[in-house]
Amino acid sequence: MQTDLTFSRPMRLLFLLPLLVVFAAFWLLPMGALLRISTGEHGGAYLALLHSPRYLQSLISTVLLSLAVTAVTIVLSLVAGLFLSRRAFPGRQLLIAALTLPLAFPGVVVGFMVIMLAGRQGVFSDLTQAITGTRSVFAYSMTGLFLGYLYFSIPRVVLTVMAAAEKLDASLEEAARSLGARDWEVLRDVTLPALAPALLATGAMCFATSMGAFGTAFTLATDIDVLPMVIYTEFTLNANMLTAAALSLVLGAVTWTVLSLAHTAGAQSAAPSA
Amino acid sequence: MKKFLTALQLVITLLMVLFLVVPVLMSMLAGVTDNYAHGWRSGLTLRWVQQVWELYHGAIGLSILIALATLAITLVVGVPAGYALSRSRNRLARWLEGLMVLPVAIPGLASALALLVMYGSLTAFRTSAWFIVVGHVIFTLPFMVRSVTAICLGCDLKTLEEGAASLGATFWQRFTTVVLPNIRPGILAGALTVVTLSIGEFNLTWMLHTPTTQTLPVGLADAYASMRLEIGSAYTLIFFVMIVPLLTVLQSVSKPTGQQRGQRTNRMKQDQTA
Repeated sequence: MQTDLTFSRPMRLLFLLPLLVVFAAFWLLPMGALLRISTGEHGGAYLALLHSPRYLQSLISTVLLSLAVTAVTIVLSLVAGLFLSRRAFPGRQLLIAALTLPLAFPGVVVGFMVIMLAGRQGVFSDLTQAITGTRSVFAYSMTGLFLGYLYFSIPRVVLTVMAAAEKLDASLEEAARSLGARDWEVLRDVTLPALAPALLATGAMCFATSMGAFGTAFTLATDIDVLPMVIYTEFTLNANMLTAAALSLVLGAVTWTVLSLAHTAGAQSAAPSA
Repeated sequence: MKKFLTALQLVITLLMVLFLVVPVLMSMLAGVTDNYAHGWRSGLTLRWVQQVWELYHGAIGLSILIALATLAITLVVGVPAGYALSRSRNRLARWLEGLMVLPVAIPGLASALALLVMYGSLTAFRTSAWFIVVGHVIFTLPFMVRSVTAICLGCDLKTLEEGAASLGATFWQRFTTVVLPNIRPGILAGALTVVTLSIGEFNLTWMLHTPTTQTLPVGLADAYASMRLEIGSAYTLIFFVMIVPLLTVLQSVSKPTGQQRGQRTNRMKQDQTA
């Protein structure tokens, strides 16, 4: 490797030093301390997790919920993202703006949006009252949480799909079509494989965010048994630091594993085409 | 058949837009409605907004201060680090980049617990707003660093710097008159991201805050849980008024840099062909 004449190695280290200090002092060392606490009593906390149906159940339902959110978000965002990136029509910019409006909403606000939709004074409640005579309220349940995570994820995934679709070489699709491929064949054999790396990355992010999201669940109901809520209850109400530490490390390990698997797979699938 | 599919795509896209936008509009309306249960016909009023301001202006002000402090630290720590990382393409730098995004990849709950375990007993630190700032810095730093690294790689600083060096500019002269002006759009985009994320951050903040260090989203969660719908809505309205301009500026800032980069690569292609 040729040496950098204008930015020497000692200087680079000096420039990185503040980052290293801040990161070590306020993340790496604290995480080490958390790990040490969780493995105290010969890893008893982790063994207890395995033997507790409640913790396992909450882990499973969190994973299932996050998988469902990821799948539905990807399908919907593919439909909308491909539609918006392929067609020019009046109002298109407005639709894009509307779909990306919630990008900066934190989880608590998203929870409140679900309450506005499906809560006691929400749209669905009023609609079902008018049509069937009984009020339908489902904000404060797993369904509400599902809607909330969908609300949170759609803007991010739509943006990714649109960005990936715009980079796509349109001549590939035209070639497939001129060779007689039908629309769905073009979609299956050309468009989707080309979008796959982007979808994989954004899907993994969507899954990881849903696994760890806390604000939405906190706003909707404290008795929904998703993992972040269980960690929170163990920590504040039961003052059970050992279990809270072990559970949050398990949660962190799951999200990190999914993200790095997607990263590795994405790098591999991108390599042959490049 | 083709027309039907297009229409279906349009309908799904429109339904998604409604899903995202209707609750936003409803909560904005509810925030200025006298009695939401009786609809907007009960009259429009600003008294809920006023009441929110009286109850929560401290939390809103603190959030702005925390966001500014977080921004100052991420600028001082993140800009030099992003610049240094863009010039060190060895394995150690890659490893550091991967390590640095861990606080984003794993749930905020785990990072917050870790900070509590390590520094919870330092009462003066734990009860000050700096405890929250530290959490926000750890969470937002990767966004600043990545934004700066990306722009450094995009504008061929090395050649520019070699030019300046050959004319006798010292390292610090080059850093302040060549590097910083050239990467300004990246710093600006990173700064807006940091401020937006910090103002809306809840997952970490809820665990790190104390009754005297309530932030805007913590106050939101409090209002959603214990106040009437109109108050929660009026508070959300104030949040929207603060965050939507930030997001709009962010999107307009990141778009031109993308175009510039596109032009630059085009120019590079032309250079190669010429």
